[in-house]
Amino acid sequence: MDARLKNKVRPGTNMAAMSMEFWRNGPAPGALYSFPGASTSSQKCPAKHTQSPITTGTSVLGMKFDGGVVLAADMLGSYGSMARFRNCSRVMKVNDTTVLGAGGDYADFQFLRDTVEQKVNDDNCMNDGFQMTPKALHSWLTRVMYNRRSKFDPLWNTVVVGGIQNGDPFLGIVDKIGTAYESPTIASGYGAYIALPLLREAYEKNPKMTREETVGLMERCLKVLFYRDARSFNKYQLAVCTAEGSSVEGPFSSQTNWDIATLVKGYE
Amino acid sequence: MEAVKQGSATVGLKSSTHAVLVALKRAPSELSAHQKKILPIDDHVGISISGLTADARGLSRFMRTECLNSRFAYDTPLPISRLVGLVGNKSQTPTQRYGRRPYGVGLLVAGYDDLGPHIYQTCPSANYFDCKAMAIGARSQSARTYLEKHKGKFLECESCRFFYIWGCFPKAFSQLI
Repeated sequence: MDARLKNKVRPGTNMAAMSMEFWRNGPAPGALYSFPGASTSSQKCPAKHTQSPITTGTSVLGMKFDGGVVLAADMLGSYGSMARFRNCSRVMKVNDTTVLGAGGDYADFQFLRDTVEQKVNDDNCMNDGFQMTPKALHSWLTRVMYNRRSKFDPLWNTVVVGGIQNGDPFLGIVDKIGTAYESPTIASGYGAYIALPLLREAYEKNPKMTREETVGLMERCLKVLFYRDARSFNKYQLAVCTAEGSSVEGPFSSQTNWDIATLVKGYE
Repeated sequence: MEAVKQGSATVGLKSSTHAVLVALKRAPSELSAHQKKILPIDDHVGISISGLTADARGLSRFMRTECLNSRFAYDTPLPISRLVGLVGNKSQTPTQRYGRRPYGVGLLVAGYDDLGPHIYQTCPSANYFDCKAMAIGARSQSARTYLEKHKGKFLECESCRFFYIWGCFPKAFSQLI
């Protein structure tokens, strides 16, 4: 009772006392205010929300050609610096018009794969002549990835979506924070630094490459990545989508030549 | 079902390229405006109603949010068959739950998606039907009979699509007057 009487603002009370009145129940100076209803960060919750990836996949490459798209990814699941799982398929056929590939956390990719396969199954059960298109999948994935990141619980992947949309080739990418865009040439991970310039140079020279030329270019890029990316592997798959349908091809391996290794300083 | 039969007539028709709805607006009194019967749902789909307008508004709001959510998530217009399926599922619940009553409105849904133009009819019973053409509401039987008689001509009709609408409406009108 006394305290409340004391706290009533009386005429002549100085401004400092008044502002203390307003600051009651607020944060300590310099601290963050806890807004009601905000998603709790890992400080408050026992479960960790923002993760680190455990088993990871490296680059995914994608390119449009005259009549379709092709995605490529190697088959390695890295366990940190260890080349632990050497038969991980990182590309998948979604339906006859769409293919998908992902790098990043392999467990998150498996979850995405199961979810996408369930959506395809639902479409088939509806049996109403509608199939998910690559643009629809790309858009949906963007929303999922962005919403997860906004909850501080991302799916730690970079996903490449390719396929045929209204008769034209479609190629898009979504990353773990929900950044999404379409491009005729796409690469994630180290591929963005090493392979993308090669893909772009070829595409700008000839936007209407044939399937064979494009697959050959992808194989050359994968070879360079195997030489230069320390978390890559010489066993890869391709996912091709054309008007005739889509399929996952492989596994393939590139012919590599390591002769110069003996000339490198430090080679024992 | 009775509520639908008491509402004023509306007709829907599709050709190989277009789906069309026509509705007869009624005014509750001489002083009031004629009540809206055709409600746009999305860029690619609209409905006309017959029955309890308030129930129609609830259903149309549901349809609009479903279409909007689909466009936002999938960057694709919601296929008409799926939209009508969602309406059917939503309408079924109050036909089976204690204390609730069915939606007292029949809809004619006209839309265009990747599979072409569509006309669907929905009922308070939660049934829905894919139609080449349909008329619902008061004194719509004569319109249906007219449509049945001319059903072979729908697919090819181009600018003469209006001919068929006006063809079956006079039948309905003559009964009304």
